[in-house]
Amino acid sequence: MLGEARLRTIVEAVLGAATADQTEVLVTTQDQALTRFAMNTIHQNVAETDVNVRVRSILGKRIGVATGNDITDAALTELVRNAETAAGFQQENPEFRSLPEPNPIQPVNAYVESTAACSPETRAEGVGSIVRQAKANGLEASGAFSTSANELFVGNSLGVRAYHAGTTANVMTVVMGETGSGYGSEAAQDVAGLDPTEVGRIAVEKAVRSADPVKIEPGEYTVILEESAVANMVFFLGYLGLGALSVQEKRSFMNDRFGEAITGDAITIRDNGLDPRGFPLPFDFEGVPRQQVSLIENGIARSVVYDSFTAGREEGKASTGHALAAPNALGPIPIHLAMSPGSASIDEMIASTERGIWVTRFHYTNPVHPVKTIFTGMTRDGTFLIENGKVTKPLKNLRFTQSILGAFENVEALGREAKPVQAGFGNIVTFAPAAKIRGFRFTGTTDF
Amino acid sequence: MREYTDRALDTAQSGGATYADIRIVRRENQDIGVKNGIVQTLTLDEDFGFGVRVIANGAWGFASSNRLTIDEIDRVAARAVEIAMASARVKEADVNLGPPEVHVDTYRTPFEIDPFEVSLEEKIEVLLTADKEARAVSGVAIAQGTMGFLRETKTFASSEGSFIEQTIVESGLGITVRAIAEGEVQQRSYPNSFGRHQGTAGYEFIRAWDLPGHARQTAEEAVALLSAPQCPSATTTLILDGPQLALQVHESCGHPIELDRVFGTEAAFAGTSFLTPEKYGTYRYGSEVVNLVSDAITPTGLGTYGYDDEGVPGQKTDIVREGVFVGYLTSRESASQLRTIHPDAPERSNGTMRADGWNRVPIIRMNNVSLMPGDWSLDDLIADTDDGVYMLTNKSWSIDDRRLNFQFGTELAYEVKSGKLGRMLKNATYTGITPEFWGNCDAVCNADHWNVWGTANCGKGQPGQRAHTGHGTAPARFRNVQIGVMKA
Repeated sequence: MLGEARLRTIVEAVLGAATADQTEVLVTTQDQALTRFAMNTIHQNVAETDVNVRVRSILGKRIGVATGNDITDAALTELVRNAETAAGFQQENPEFRSLPEPNPIQPVNAYVESTAACSPETRAEGVGSIVRQAKANGLEASGAFSTSANELFVGNSLGVRAYHAGTTANVMTVVMGETGSGYGSEAAQDVAGLDPTEVGRIAVEKAVRSADPVKIEPGEYTVILEESAVANMVFFLGYLGLGALSVQEKRSFMNDRFGEAITGDAITIRDNGLDPRGFPLPFDFEGVPRQQVSLIENGIARSVVYDSFTAGREEGKASTGHALAAPNALGPIPIHLAMSPGSASIDEMIASTERGIWVTRFHYTNPVHPVKTIFTGMTRDGTFLIENGKVTKPLKNLRFTQSILGAFENVEALGREAKPVQAGFGNIVTFAPAAKIRGFRFTGTTDF
Repeated sequence: MREYTDRALDTAQSGGATYADIRIVRRENQDIGVKNGIVQTLTLDEDFGFGVRVIANGAWGFASSNRLTIDEIDRVAARAVEIAMASARVKEADVNLGPPEVHVDTYRTPFEIDPFEVSLEEKIEVLLTADKEARAVSGVAIAQGTMGFLRETKTFASSEGSFIEQTIVESGLGITVRAIAEGEVQQRSYPNSFGRHQGTAGYEFIRAWDLPGHARQTAEEAVALLSAPQCPSATTTLILDGPQLALQVHESCGHPIELDRVFGTEAAFAGTSFLTPEKYGTYRYGSEVVNLVSDAITPTGLGTYGYDDEGVPGQKTDIVREGVFVGYLTSRESASQLRTIHPDAPERSNGTMRADGWNRVPIIRMNNVSLMPGDWSLDDLIADTDDGVYMLTNKSWSIDDRRLNFQFGTELAYEVKSGKLGRMLKNATYTGITPEFWGNCDAVCNADHWNVWGTANCGKGQPGQRAHTGHGTAPARFRNVQIGVMKA
C-alpha cells in the first residue's frame, strides 16, 4: 500500500510530464499473500508487493499505451514518452471521441485493516483447522487461503481524479478421499469474516458423502446446481454478451432481443459495482462512476454495459462505468454481477425432485457456441443422484454441453440466498443462488 | 547483480534458511493489435522485480518485490524466511531437493533479427496489409491481427552456488477473421487461434509465417463456414491438423504428466492426474505409433530455454515411448519424491520448473511437450481414410480434473469420403477419454508436416500463472471417435 497521497503524486507527475492532447494514467498497487496447501501440508506460501502504472496518450485520435512498475521520476517520464511514441505510430481511430470528463464518485468503504495486516501465522491457523478435520476423517485437504490489499488511482488531463482502496480475503478447499471429494469456499473483505473451520466442515462432509460413486448414463436430467455452478453460468453470460461491444459487433445473444424474454421470468441479473457485500469498485478503469445496470429483468433482455468508447459509438449513450484498463480489445464487461435469489432451500429443491442430479460445482467450463450460449464443462467435488426426493447415491462426474439461456429458461426454483462466489477473472465476486433446472443436458461421463 | 543476489542469499541463510534462491527478472513486451483497418492496441510494457524462495524448518517460503534495493532485499528475504517458518506449522515431511544443482552459465535465445530493433511502422504495415486482404473478401465482419514480442532477462542465483543469466526472446503473430449471420458467428484463424502463434525467435519468425499471404484464404473459409452444414453426430474416424493436435497434446498429455499435479499440489484448483505413480514405466498410454517427449531445446519452440527457474538445465526426455508411459515433467523436489516410490527413476529433475515473472514461485510447467512425427504424408493419410472427418484449429476446449474426459471444438472441418476431402462442416466437436483416444491413434504424419506450435496462455497455479508452452505435432488419425456433441 502506497496510500492516496503517494498515488496522487505519481498521477500528477505523469500528467505534468505529458505533452499529448489528452493523457490518462492508471496506477494500481497490490500487496498480496497466499498460503497454498495440498495433501494436508502447506507447500507454497507467497507474498507479493507490486505497483503498476499505465499511461494512455492521445494525439488527435491516435492512441498509445505504455505500462511499467518503476515509480521513480525518471522512469515515469520515460513511461510517458513511450506512450506518446506509441501514439505517434498509430493511425487515427475515427470512432474515438475523448477521454471521460470528471463526474462525482460515491466512495465505498471496502478496506479492512485486519485483512491488509493478516499474518502468515493467521493463514496457517486457518489452514490448520481445515487440515485437522480432513485428517480426522482419513482424508487429504488441499486449497488456498489468500488476502490482498489493493489500490487504484485514475487520473486524466480533463480533471478526473479517482482513488479507491480495498481488501479481499478468500479461503477455499477441496478435500479428497480414495474415491470421493468435497469443496468449500468463502470470500469476504474482512478476513475475520471468514470461517475456515466451517469451509473445512462442508468439504469434509461432501468428501465422505461422495465416496464410492457410480456411473450414470448421460442424458437430460433435472439438476440442482449449487451457487458456484450458477455463478459460473452468470459470469459466462456477462463475458459473452452483456457488454456493448459484443452487441455492436452483432455477436451477442442480446442482439435483436432487447425487450424480449430470453430466459424464464425468475431470472434477474444486474451489475452493481457499489454492492458492499462483494469487492466493490465505485468507478471503472477510466475513472467513470459505476452505474447499477439491470441486464436481464424477470427474464427480459434489458441492457448491456458501456465504456466511453462504445458509448461514443451510439447516439445518446453514456458510459455506465464498465471500462477495463486500456488498451481493451474485449470492450466493456460487467464484473460485479448478481443474480437475484428465489425462495427455496437446497433441501426443498431436492425434496421436490423425482429424479435428478445434485451438482456441487463445475470444472473447466468453456464456450462451445457463444451466440447460442452453449458451454461445456465437467462436474466435480460432489455429484449425487436424487430419487423420489432423496439423495440416494454419489455419481461419477459428468460432462455437460448446454445452452446457458436454455438452462435459465428451465429454472424451476432458485435458492433463497445469493452467495458471493469467485468466478471469472481475478478478484471478482459474482452473487448467485442455487438453482433447480429441468432438462439439463449431460453428454458424457468420466471414470471417477 | 552479484551484490544483490549475494545479499539476498546471505540474509536468508543468516535468518535460518537452509536453502535459498533469488530470481531478478525484467520483462519487456510490445503488443500490437489491428481490428478492421484500425490499430487498436499499441502497448509497450516493462516489468521488473525479484523473488526470493527459501526453505526454513523444512518448509517453503517465498516473497517478492518490485523495488530492487539492498534494504528491500533484506526485507523480502527475511519475509520469505518468516513465511517458510509459518508454513512449517502445517507439514507432513521436510522438503527434499535431492542432489545439488550448481551451474554458472549464460543463455540467450538464438535469433537472426532482434524484434525490438524492427520499426513499429513495419510491423503495423504487415498487420494492416493482412487486415486489408481479409476484409477484401465479401461477408467478412471482423478482422483482427496481432503481433507480440517479449524480451525477458533473468538472473538466478542459489545458495548452492549457481549463478545463471538468461535472455529469452519471443515473437508471435496471428489473424482471426469472423463472419456473422443471424445467430451464427464463424471464425478462422492463421497460423493458430486464440490470438497468435508464438515462438522463441526473432523477427524472422514473423516474416516466415507471411500473414498477408494467408489472410485472404483465412477470410474465405470464415465466410464459407456460415453456409456450411452442421457437423453431424457420429462415431467415426477423426484426423486432426497440427494446431488442434497441439492443444490435444497439451491438455491430455502435457498436464497429466506434471508431477506436482500427480502428487496433488494442484488438486484444489487445476486438479490431479490419472497418470498416478504406479503407472510409471508400464502403463499403456497410447498405441505404438504414439511417441511423446518433453523438450526444452528445439529451436523456436515456445517452451525452449537454457535453464528452468530453479537452475536446472533445459533438456529433452521421453514421456511416452511406443505408447508406453515412461516419464513425468519433474522439479527437484518432486523428482526426489518419485524416487521414494520408484528408486530407478532419475535422480535429477528434468528441468521444467518455471515462474510467470519475478512475483510468482516456480511450478512445473510444460516446455515443448511434443508428439514425434510418424511416416505418413497428409495426402496419403486422407487417401487411406474411407469415412471420417478432418478437423482443423481449436475453437473450444474442456477436460476433467484428472485429464481423462475431454471435449474440443474446432474452427473448421471437412468430411472425408472414400479417401477424399468432401464438404466443409461447421461447429465441429469431438469428445473422448484420453488413453482410449490415444490408443486408437493409428497414424501420425511425417516430419515434413511437423511444427512446434506455441501456446502462450497456459493457466495454472494460485496465484494464477500463465506459461508459454510449445507442442510439436504433425496431423494424426484416430479411430472410433465420438464427434458432433453440440446440439444444433
